[in-house]
Amino acid sequence: MENTKKIREGSVRTASRLIRNIEDRHPEARAAIKKIFPHTGGAHIIGITGSAGAGKSTLVDGLISAFRKKNQTVGVLAIDPTSPFSGGALLGDRIRMQKHAEDQGVFVRSLATRGAMGGLSKAAGDAIHILDAMGKDIILVETVGTGQQEVDIMHNSHTVIVVLVPGMGDEIQAIKAGIMEIADIFVVNKADHAGTAQLIRELKNMLDMAHIPDDGWRPPVLTVGSAFETASFVENLNILSEKIADHHQYLIHFNELKNRLRRKTRVEIRDALRSCILDPVLADLDARGELDRLTELLINKESDPYTAAEEIASRYLRKIPIKQTKKGGIVR
Amino acid sequence: MYFVKEVLEQSKVLKKKWEDSVRKMVGKTPDQKPRWSTVSDLEIRRLYTPEDIKDMDFENDISYPGEFPFLRGNQATGYRGKYWTLRMFSGMGSAADTNKRWRMLINSGQTGLSTAFDYPTLMGYDTDDPKARGECGKCGVAIDTLEDFLQLMDGIPMDKVTTSMTINPPASVLWAMYCAAADLRGIPLARIGGTIQNDMLKEFIAQKTFMCPPGPSVKLICDTVEFGASHVPLWNTISISGYHIREAGATAVQELAFTIRDGMEYVENVIAQKGLNIDDFAPRLSFFFNSHIDFFEEIAKLRAARRIWAKLMRDRYNAKNPRSLWMRYHTQTAGCSLTAQQPYNNVVRTAIEALAAVLGGTQSLHTNSLDEVLCLPSDHAVEIALRTQQIIAEESGVANTIDPLAGSYFVETLTNEIEEKTWEYIHKIDDMGGMIAAIDRGFPQLEIADSAYRFQKQIDAGEKIMVGMNKYVNDDVQKIPLLDIDDSVEQEQIKRLNGVRRRRDNRAVTKSLNDLKNTCKNGKNVMPCCIEAVKNYASVQEICDVYRDVYGEYHDPGLF
Amino acid sequence: MSERKIRIMVAKPGLDGHDRGARVLARCFRDAGFEVIYTGCHQTPEQIAASAIQEDVDLVGLSCLSGAHRYLFPRVVELLKQQEAEDICVIGGGIIPEADFPMLYDAGIKAIFTPGASLDSIVAWVRENVRPDF
Repeated sequence: MENTKKIREGSVRTASRLIRNIEDRHPEARAAIKKIFPHTGGAHIIGITGSAGAGKSTLVDGLISAFRKKNQTVGVLAIDPTSPFSGGALLGDRIRMQKHAEDQGVFVRSLATRGAMGGLSKAAGDAIHILDAMGKDIILVETVGTGQQEVDIMHNSHTVIVVLVPGMGDEIQAIKAGIMEIADIFVVNKADHAGTAQLIRELKNMLDMAHIPDDGWRPPVLTVGSAFETASFVENLNILSEKIADHHQYLIHFNELKNRLRRKTRVEIRDALRSCILDPVLADLDARGELDRLTELLINKESDPYTAAEEIASRYLRKIPIKQTKKGGIVR
Repeated sequence: MYFVKEVLEQSKVLKKKWEDSVRKMVGKTPDQKPRWSTVSDLEIRRLYTPEDIKDMDFENDISYPGEFPFLRGNQATGYRGKYWTLRMFSGMGSAADTNKRWRMLINSGQTGLSTAFDYPTLMGYDTDDPKARGECGKCGVAIDTLEDFLQLMDGIPMDKVTTSMTINPPASVLWAMYCAAADLRGIPLARIGGTIQNDMLKEFIAQKTFMCPPGPSVKLICDTVEFGASHVPLWNTISISGYHIREAGATAVQELAFTIRDGMEYVENVIAQKGLNIDDFAPRLSFFFNSHIDFFEEIAKLRAARRIWAKLMRDRYNAKNPRSLWMRYHTQTAGCSLTAQQPYNNVVRTAIEALAAVLGGTQSLHTNSLDEVLCLPSDHAVEIALRTQQIIAEESGVANTIDPLAGSYFVETLTNEIEEKTWEYIHKIDDMGGMIAAIDRGFPQLEIADSAYRFQKQIDAGEKIMVGMNKYVNDDVQKIPLLDIDDSVEQEQIKRLNGVRRRRDNRAVTKSLNDLKNTCKNGKNVMPCCIEAVKNYASVQEICDVYRDVYGEYHDPGLF
Repeated sequence: MSERKIRIMVAKPGLDGHDRGARVLARCFRDAGFEVIYTGCHQTPEQIAASAIQEDVDLVGLSCLSGAHRYLFPRVVELLKQQEAEDICVIGGGIIPEADFPMLYDAGIKAIFTPGASLDSIVAWVRENVRPDF
C-alpha cells in the first residue's frame, strides 16, 4: 500500500522504479499495478505518431510548454527502438525536452521497445496507468516512428496525433496503409518546407472521401513551422493544444470516450491474458524440453501446429464455469 | 599528359619487374598487416608510380606558386619573404592573467596573438549566470564587459600585432569590444587587423558551442562580413574552421569537405543577404585546418584545399580578384592525436604535425603543448611548442624551397584522391539544398559520429596505434607540472562585474540594448549598435540575451 | 528474462560542447546491451539529477572537458543525495588532472576515466560495479 500511496502523491522515484519493474518483469510489479488500477482513469491520454525525423519530440516539447501554461501536469512516455543486435537502446527523445527536466509538473520517461513490434513497448500500457495514478492531467505517448504498423497507439490513447512532414514522399503511402484510420488530428510539421500545400491538399481530399458523418469528428489538419521561429511555433502549439482539448470534449460529449475505453480495455484484457496464460505455458513447456520435442515433431511432419496446440491446450486449460462475485471479480 | 610516352612505357616494364620481386619477397616474408591505411582509413598502396599521375594537366592541376590553382601556394615567393605567423592560442583566468602570458609570448618572438575565451564568454553568458558556475577562466580568459577587454589589451600595440579571437556565437560582441578598445585608444578601425572565428556552421556540426538557430546565426555573420568590408578592411571576419570538425572525429576528407561547403554557404548568404560583390569580401575569408598525425595525408589535404577553393571561387562564384581565389589558412596541430600517457611523446607528435602543416603551405600555425590533454598549457610547455616551430622554420631547411613535395607520385595522387572525395561530399550537400539544410537533417553530424566511433573501435582493436596508449604501454606515470586555474578566479571576476554594473550609466545601457533589439528586429546590421552597447559597458550576456530573445535559442538535437 | 536491464544516462554538464567522447560512449553502451539515455550538451547538474531520477538509471556518466568538473561532478552527486537517490552511481570522464581525483572520489564519484581509457575497460567496469538488484 505504501508504494501506491507514494505514487498517488506523485513520487517520481517510486513511479519510475515501478515502470522499471514492469519493463524488467519483476515478480512484484503485477501486484503493484493491481493496487494502482482503481486510481486510474483521470488523465487525457494523447498518442503522437509519425515517421522518424518527423519532429515528434520537438512537438512533444512544445506541447508540454502549452499544457503547462494552462497549469496542467504532464507525463511523457517516449519510446525508442531496442537494437535487435545487442538488446541495448539509445533513448534520445528526452534530449529535446530537457528544458522541462526540473519542472515538478512534468515527468518524462524513456522506454525501449524491447522487441515489441507495434510502435510501443510492452510496458507502455502499465506505464500509462502509473502516470495516470500519479495524477497527471495529460499523458503524452510518443511512438517509435519506424514503420507503418504503429497502430498500438490507437488502443492506448484517447486522442491520436499523426505527424507528417512535407517532401518525405512516403507519407501518403503511410496514410493509405492505415494510419489514416487512427488519426484524430493531423499535424503537418516543418511546414516551411516545400510541398506543404500539396500535402495538406491530399490530406483534405482523403478526409473528404472518408464519409465522416455530420456530427462526427473530422480530424483537423494543423500546420507547425520551424521550432526556431519561436513566436509562431509557440502560437501553433497553443492551437494544437486547444484542438486536443476540443477532441477530448467531443469524446466526452458523444460518449465516444466510453467506446474508446472499452476498446482499450479489451486490448488490455487480451494482453494480460497473454502474460498470464501464454507466457507461463511457453515457459513451462520450454523448461520441460517439450518445446524442443514439439519443434522436432513438426519439422519431421509427424504433427502439425494445430494438433500440437490443441494437445497443449487440453493439457493446460481446464474448462471451469465462470461465476461472478458481487464485487465484479471472477471466482471459480 | 604529364609524362612523355617513352617514360610511361619504360615505367610499365619496370613496374612489372618490381611486382614480380614483391611477390617473391612477400612469399618469404609476409607483410606485417594486410591493409595499410591513413589515420582516416584511406587505403594506401605499396608504391606510387608515374602512371598514377599521368593524367594530370600541368597548367590546370599543378602550375606555379602564386598562380591558379594555387596548389603550390598563394605567394610566389613561398616562405622566403615571410615565414608563417607563429600564433599560439592562449588565454586563461582573468584578463590580467592572460595579458601577462601574452606579453611573455611577444617577448619570446611570437608574431601574432590568439585568444582563448572561457566557456561562459564563448556561450554568451556572464560569469555570475547559474549556468556558468565552475567554468570561469578554466579554459580561456573570462570577459564580461569592455573593462575586462581593455585590461586584456593593456600594453599590446593594437596597430602593430594582429589578434585572432576564437569566438563564435558572441563574435559580434567581442569584435565590437576590440573595435571600441581601438577607438578609445585613438587607433582608426582601418588600421587594426586580426581574425574572429565567427564560424557557426561548424559549431552546429562539431563543436556544439551554439546560441541561436542556424538561420539567424548566419545572418549575424553576414553582418560582420558587411561591416568589415566597409569599415575594418584588414580584418578577417570569418575563419572557416575544419579544426573542430576533425577533433570531433571526422576523417581528413570530411574535415575538408564540410569546411569548404561551410565556406560556400557563407559566400552564398553574404551575396544573397547583403548584395555584396564576391571580390568585396572573399579576400577576407580565411580558413583554419587541423594537422593530424598522418604526415602525407595532411600535406595532401592542405594542398588540395587551396586548389578546390580556387576552382570554386573562379568557376562557381566568378571571382575576378586573384586574392579572392587564395585560400589562406591557419593550422593547428591535432589535440586529439595527443595522449595523456607518456606526455613527453606529444612533443614528437606535434613536431611531425607542424612539419606537415608547413609542407602543406600554411600561413599561420599553432603548435599544441605537450600537456594539452591534461590541462591548459603551462608556460614551460608553451615554450617548447613555440620552439618547435622555430626549429622547423630556421633549422630544418624545409622552408628553403617552395612546396618541395610537388610532383611526388604519391603526394600528387593522394592530393587528387582527397580532392575527388571532397567534391563528392560537396555535391551531395548541394543536392540536399546546402549546408544549413544538411545540418537540419543531421547529415554532417552523423557522418562524423560514425567516423569517430569507427576510429575508437580500431584503437580498441589495436588496428590503429597510439604509442603509449594502446601499444608500448608503460605503467610508470610521467609526472609533469600542470597549470591549475584557481577556483577563486570566479569570485574575483563576479566582484569585478558587479563593480562595473554599479559604476556604469545604466540608463545608457538600457537604451543601447533597446536600440540593438530594434535593429535585430528590422534586420539591419547589428555592428554599430553592438559597438555602442559595449562602449556603454553592456555585458556579453546582456547583448546575447537580446539575440536569444529575438532570434530564439538552439539546443543540442543529440542526433545518433 | 527476469533480470534487470542496466540503464545508463550519459550527460554533459556545463557549457563545453566537446561531445565526441560522450557520444562514442553512448553508442558503445548501447552495443554492450545497455539502455542509454543521452541528454546532450550544456546541461546543468540540476537537469541531470532530475532526469536521472525520472529515468531510474543505475549509472550516470558525466563528461566534462572544460575544467569545470570540480564544481559540476560533486554537485550532481549532492543533488542526487538530496533527492534520496544516492544509490545512483556517478562516474566521470574528460580532461581531469590526476590531482583532482581525490577530491572527486571524496565527493562520491565512483570512477574516473580519462583520455586513453578503452571502451572495453569502461564497459567491464560497469558490468563489474553496476548490478541493480532485482
